[in-house]
Amino acid sequence: MADQDKSKKRKPTLPPGVGAKKPTMPPGMGAKKPTMPPGAGGKKPTMPPGAQGDGASGLTRADFSSDQDVRWCPGCGDYAILATVQRLMPELGVPRENTVFISGIGCSSRFPYYMETYGMHSIHGRAPTIATGLKASRPELDVWIVTGDGDGLSIGGNHLIHIMRRNLNVQMILFNNQIYGLTKGQYSPTSEAGKVTKSTPFGSIDHPFNPSAVVLGADATFVARTMDRDPKHMKEMFTRSHAHRGTGFVEVYQNCNIFNDGAFFQFTEKDSRADRTVYVEHGKPLVYAGGSRGLRLEGFSLKSVDLESGSLSASDCLVYDETSRELATIISRMHWDPHMPQPFGVFYQEERPTYEDMLHAQVDDVLKRSGTGSLEDLLSGGDTWTVG
Amino acid sequence: MANKTLETLPEATILFAGDSGDGMQLTGSQFTLATAYAMNDLATLPDFPAEIRAPAGTTYGVSGFQLHFGSVDIRTPGDEVDLLVAMNPAALKVNLDRVRLGGTILVNSNAFDQRSLDLAHYDANPLEDTSLDKYRVIQVELTRLTRETLKESGLNQKEIDRSKNMFALGLALWLYSRPLEPAESWISRKFAKKPDILDANLELLRKGFYFGETTELFVTRYEVTPATLPPGRYRAIQGVHALAMGIVAAAKKSGLKVFYGSYPITPASDILHALSRFKNHGIMTVQAEDEIAAVGMAIGASFGGTLGVTGTSGPGVALKTEAMGLAHITELPLVVVNVQRGGPSTGLPTKTEQSDLMQAMYGRNGDAPLPIIAASTPGDCFEAAYEACRMAVKYMTPVILLSDGYLANGSEPWLIPSVDDLADFEVEFAAEPNAEEDGAPTYHPYKRNSGTLARPWARPGTAGLEHRVGGLEKADITGNVSYDPANHEHMTHVRAAKVARIQQEIPPTEVFGAEEGDVLIVGWGSTRGAIEAAVARLREDGQAVGSIHLRWVNPLPPDLSDIFTRYNAYLVPELNNGQLVRMLRAEFLLPFEPLNKIQGRPYGPSEIQQHVMGMING
Ligand SMILES: Cc1ncc(C[n+]2csc(CCOP(=O)(O)OP(=O)(O)O)c2C)c(N)n1
Ligand code: SF4
Ligand SMILES: [Mg+2]
Repeated sequence: MADQDKSKKRKPTLPPGVGAKKPTMPPGMGAKKPTMPPGAGGKKPTMPPGAQGDGASGLTRADFSSDQDVRWCPGCGDYAILATVQRLMPELGVPRENTVFISGIGCSSRFPYYMETYGMHSIHGRAPTIATGLKASRPELDVWIVTGDGDGLSIGGNHLIHIMRRNLNVQMILFNNQIYGLTKGQYSPTSEAGKVTKSTPFGSIDHPFNPSAVVLGADATFVARTMDRDPKHMKEMFTRSHAHRGTGFVEVYQNCNIFNDGAFFQFTEKDSRADRTVYVEHGKPLVYAGGSRGLRLEGFSLKSVDLESGSLSASDCLVYDETSRELATIISRMHWDPHMPQPFGVFYQEERPTYEDMLHAQVDDVLKRSGTGSLEDLLSGGDTWTVG
Repeated sequence: MANKTLETLPEATILFAGDSGDGMQLTGSQFTLATAYAMNDLATLPDFPAEIRAPAGTTYGVSGFQLHFGSVDIRTPGDEVDLLVAMNPAALKVNLDRVRLGGTILVNSNAFDQRSLDLAHYDANPLEDTSLDKYRVIQVELTRLTRETLKESGLNQKEIDRSKNMFALGLALWLYSRPLEPAESWISRKFAKKPDILDANLELLRKGFYFGETTELFVTRYEVTPATLPPGRYRAIQGVHALAMGIVAAAKKSGLKVFYGSYPITPASDILHALSRFKNHGIMTVQAEDEIAAVGMAIGASFGGTLGVTGTSGPGVALKTEAMGLAHITELPLVVVNVQRGGPSTGLPTKTEQSDLMQAMYGRNGDAPLPIIAASTPGDCFEAAYEACRMAVKYMTPVILLSDGYLANGSEPWLIPSVDDLADFEVEFAAEPNAEEDGAPTYHPYKRNSGTLARPWARPGTAGLEHRVGGLEKADITGNVSYDPANHEHMTHVRAAKVARIQQEIPPTEVFGAEEGDVLIVGWGSTRGAIEAAVARLREDGQAVGSIHLRWVNPLPPDLSDIFTRYNAYLVPELNNGQLVRMLRAEFLLPFEPLNKIQGRPYGPSEIQQHVMGMING
């Protein structure tokens, strides 16, 4: 994974404070990348000329690496995610001091300690609540949530769905390794049925969660999936999630080589990857297996078709539309089906007002109507009388 | 006009009781308002069922509002009731034991039909047998008089019957010579958009008032002359509102924004209701998905340089426990309000209790002591909340603020504080690196203030101060994750020492009553009024009894040992099964005697007075 950014095609980045989509935001408010996928960025103001110069922040990956030793097991997929995020940071053009990483508990949740930004390693499952309080009270900060499949979907499942429906403008990265890593290998809410682990010696009888379907059900406004073995795609997904104004949910298939090694190898390894995965892209037909197969919509389900026999071509395949909640549902439900490829990419994106914008709009509205409240008036409000 | 005698009373206790749907809380609070206008000192005890609309006529559906008022110092809602207004047989049945012998019972005689008597489990009509002989019973046909008054109002029968509390209110106001104006203007405001209801209520209120004047039922009318309260401007205040305003005052004085995260729970919800209206006072509120989220949000806000506050009752604190430990180890300011109610579990959700003290003291994993401040009267909730916020920021620590159902719902006249007189509340955020590492400036998040032991507060957004906090143990000064055994012991001590330093903020303990003598009563929280009223009576009887009241339960004031040496015996009255008493015994190894009441109701002074006399007489 070390040679991922050899091409170093400098993405256009913005200086701090430039390109905030709401021009009224205070400076430093986390310029989001202006380039939006087709159809997704209609409302965005165009950037002032010259704003897209090179390397805005002048920072590098090293500037985002803290001086703490990274303590994950050698070979753990978490390393690739950390490296990708650290490489991405300088490109986002958000000042380091305006960036905050908040995590829960788990191997994955150690993440903030390794980022030279503000951060909090909180308690199991509760990172979304801490992030909500922070983002709601300090909207100008760029807040990232790091969580695991146990942290986010088991103990913290309630907070996960509620941050989605509230739609705070934060990014959430869910490290899905389908196992409890930190507690040494129990099954998790995403572990497959029948899984034999320390706590399920005769196989798990729990029906697993499908994270993207869960968050779609909670009305998430941005839903994507990627994998630790494809840092380029991972970076693209993080970039998109960051550019999205609202809660950007990215599930990362992450290999826990100690307790669940190879859980995703059919999707991530060279020999099977092409046949077992499909990368969805807005406005493009759903083709996979090196173009030899495609997906067609038949009724409410997708059907895998052969594109080499000559009777069908890519143009006969479903053209993906990430703004369609229906297609997102269909795609996310194509899940661990041995006859179908596993989807990766941005499944869904929708524009919806963010929680913090509405919260502060309400405050501003009250201020406009009633002016700044006077404590004296408040204390002596209601019916009073004087003695002496 | 009939010939009435006017009798002046030093004090009186009145209890309005009826069905949940009879409007007794409203009647009680309007009587309170009129009493405040009459410049009496007062204390109230609203008492309502957990069910929103329990079936009409049942004993468990009875809602009551007790008010004690006088020209003398009023410290409690009253030991015994002088006038019970009972709207139906169930209200009489439930509250009869609270009426003093010889006291007055005013009943709606129309409500004593067979069905209502059955519902209240009366075998015979108490108005017709001898069971009420020890009381003065006044039968008023409230339902009939109300219907007659409103027969031309255009309101339907249900609306008419629902208004009879206004007749009762008018009558009670007349009986105690209270002004009509406050209730009149309240009605005019409340029903401004429903003129027919407005007119009906006003007419009934006045009808009730003049009924007292003309009826032969009353020969005596009472008056209670104004109390000699310290001079100044007053308002009647409920504990919840005082508490909410204390938080607003903290925001104003400190210049901090406040973030209040909460999940609805009786009796704490009213704080959320109040604060969510104060958006133009620098208060943000969020109704979270649960109590864990509420405290998590508050902690997140505090990490961002906003003051995080979260309010709930005991069951909610149970859920917040783990997060409170996080705030303790990350050393972030946080105020956790617990408006205590009867427990355990759902317990008695609408009744008062002081049974969460142990939870506040010890209810966390690991050694995680937190400062605990307790409000002692409804008005005192203001100052207690202000102090809780101030100490949370000054010492960079979560602070637990204990209130309870009685304080939250009860009200008293409140000398409106002057904003200038509030204690200074200055906040200093870290602005630049505070250390050097390899010749380069760096920031050490756990480098402490030597006076308070507080760590600095660095807001995200401040360049050069990027740092990580979290639940894992941190090395002193640098704040790096540390598993070093000696460091963990050291940090545990430092965190405890920091909380203990709040002792330096506690003013000398004031003794109420005898400065030395036979018995010292030690109290905390809402029992203050009952304890001091008991001490005042005991002093009048010549007993050498004093009391102290703890505002800070943790840390305890530094001067207690000295005070304890001046008495022979110690009594600790609590509305629980003995919690402070255990703490005091453990701390001072003295024979503190418990006095416990666990009935969901506050103490009356006589209960404490009698117990002390028992101690003195052996
Ligand atoms: C309240 C609480 N319960 C249980 C734990 C123990 N615990 C720590 S991490 C974890 C599971 C983590 O799994 P996951 O979120 O998938 O993270 P991973 O380690 O796999 O990255 C558990 C159960 C805890 N720290 N706190
Ligand atoms: S246990 Fe698994 S998830 Fe945790 S650090 Fe090791 S390899 Fe990674
Ligand atoms: Mg996991």
